[in-house]
Amino acid sequence: MAAGLFKSEVKNPVLRWVDTRLPLITMMQKEYGSFPTPRNFNYFWNFGALATVTLMIMIMTGVFLAMNYTPNANMAFSSVQHIMRDVNYGWLIRYVHMNGASMFFIVVYIHIFRGLYYGSYKFPRELLWMLGVVILLLMMATAFMGYVLPWGQMSFWGATVITNLFSAIPVVGQSIVQWLWGGFSVGNPTLNRFFSLHYLLPFLIVGVVFLHVVALHITGSNNPLGIDVKGPQDTLPFHPYYTVKDSVGLCVFLLIWAAFVFFMPNLLGDTINSIPANPLQTPADVVPEWYFLPFYAILRSVPNKVLGVALMFASIGVLFVLPWLDTSPVRSCRFRPIYRILVPLLVVDLFALGYVGAHHPQGFVVLLGRVATAWYFLHFLVFTPLVGWFETPLPLPESIAKPIVRKPHSGGGPIPGGAVAKPMENA
Amino acid sequence: MADTLATAGHAGSGHGPADKSKRDFLVMLPLAGAVVGAGAIAWPLIDSMNPSSDVLALASTEVDLTPISEGSGITVMWRGKPIFVRYRTAKEIKEAEDVKLSELIEPQADSARVKPGHAQWIVLIGICTHLGCIPLGNKPTDPRGEWGGWFCPCHGSQYDTSGRVRHGPAPLNLYLPPYAFLNDKRIKIG
Repeated sequence: MAAGLFKSEVKNPVLRWVDTRLPLITMMQKEYGSFPTPRNFNYFWNFGALATVTLMIMIMTGVFLAMNYTPNANMAFSSVQHIMRDVNYGWLIRYVHMNGASMFFIVVYIHIFRGLYYGSYKFPRELLWMLGVVILLLMMATAFMGYVLPWGQMSFWGATVITNLFSAIPVVGQSIVQWLWGGFSVGNPTLNRFFSLHYLLPFLIVGVVFLHVVALHITGSNNPLGIDVKGPQDTLPFHPYYTVKDSVGLCVFLLIWAAFVFFMPNLLGDTINSIPANPLQTPADVVPEWYFLPFYAILRSVPNKVLGVALMFASIGVLFVLPWLDTSPVRSCRFRPIYRILVPLLVVDLFALGYVGAHHPQGFVVLLGRVATAWYFLHFLVFTPLVGWFETPLPLPESIAKPIVRKPHSGGGPIPGGAVAKPMENA
Repeated sequence: MADTLATAGHAGSGHGPADKSKRDFLVMLPLAGAVVGAGAIAWPLIDSMNPSSDVLALASTEVDLTPISEGSGITVMWRGKPIFVRYRTAKEIKEAEDVKLSELIEPQADSARVKPGHAQWIVLIGICTHLGCIPLGNKPTDPRGEWGGWFCPCHGSQYDTSGRVRHGPAPLNLYLPPYAFLNDKRIKIG
């Protein structure tokens, strides 16, 4: 073995030549072939892979859309019509991309729920979780700017409203907004830079996803029991077990996506965006895409501009510090009798916020919005630390391979620290 | 899922070779499905780069011949390319018809390059067959080369009054676009 060459175990001489110099094959085999993965995943563990595939499909369709799109305020709207009517399969590529944004958020929201319910954000996966929140923020920025590109009424007024959020910043707000616009209103310079950034950000997402996966492969995956892997008896090689399981989920997911594309492509969109942008007339309802509705509701629930904007950003910001807000040492909600009710309640709360975001802020809707906003922040800032403190967790199983619950010893009580490895099991 | 697979493997182990071919089939079937699926996804993306309907819709151009005076030509645009339409003089027609085919780089009779009864009109794609420059020679004042047709300023190729290459480096005659006479004074290209 010459100095400086990697000790490859690949047999094929050509592949071996490559692998000794750039051990990609060995790396793929280690990280995606034999990678030890908890044996008890349920289908919630599909959603990371689904999100990755969605990201790739979005980039692919996006690159081809950009070949036919014109980022100019006078031509953008008609270039999208050109894609829909003239470009071969342009309708298909655009509908896949358009509905893909919604699919991406559905998948990522379920992925986040998985993390919340099974405590995937806790030690030692805090940084993994925070990188995920960064991905969410980048996705939101990308989706928002992508929605502006067709230059319809909702594109224009959405862009106006969202960029105006920054005017809430004291003193420099107005200057920042003008800087964002490149003018004194949303216009051609805004459209041009949004197109440029909409093309850039997905590649930043790819970069952060890479870090997210690297961090995951350091700590290893969480699992539905939320207890640590104690030895080989608790794991399965990633391939073929989870490549197959992910493929099954992927087929179902792509079927659902295709159903939207082929049978109800505009269901999740807003018909007002079929009207070209008109800077002189605001539509009757300025409503964001469904995936932003809960955050939009938080913004509108506060009758103070600065506070509303601050709370909206805080609603994502609170996720960054969640690993330190949750005081319970038990990860999985399966063993947390109180928190396992609170997490689904948070989902109900988010649906309520979504309803509020989609309706005129009048009467009952205002009240509901305020209660739901309060609940959102109470959940993270009050309930999560408190419940972890006084909740009595159920006894944890000894290991993933032996999910039989040990009876609590007299006086010992449930041992949240059951995560401590038992050397005898490492056989 | 792990349990199911483990059980299947255990049960199958008793069946010997039959189990292996069944397993191979189960592996190859989804792989084949994935390949077909990838192709079905790739094709719309690839085809989207082909000319779109609006480009194809501009595939024909009508040209009024009345403003063209004898001895000169005009350039019109068809599919983004220059088309030479030239009104040849009787002398130019005679020169084009009388040349021996054996003298030509790409032998082709003049009669094969014009429409019957309209020998005064020559319609050519005005792109040098060497490397795609536009030859000069439509205006009587342009350099037309030794054979009185067209002269390419890029690398010196020369064409006769029938658009046939007479002097390299161009290897082929100027291409003919598909066209038809709508009447004596109007043609439709494409």
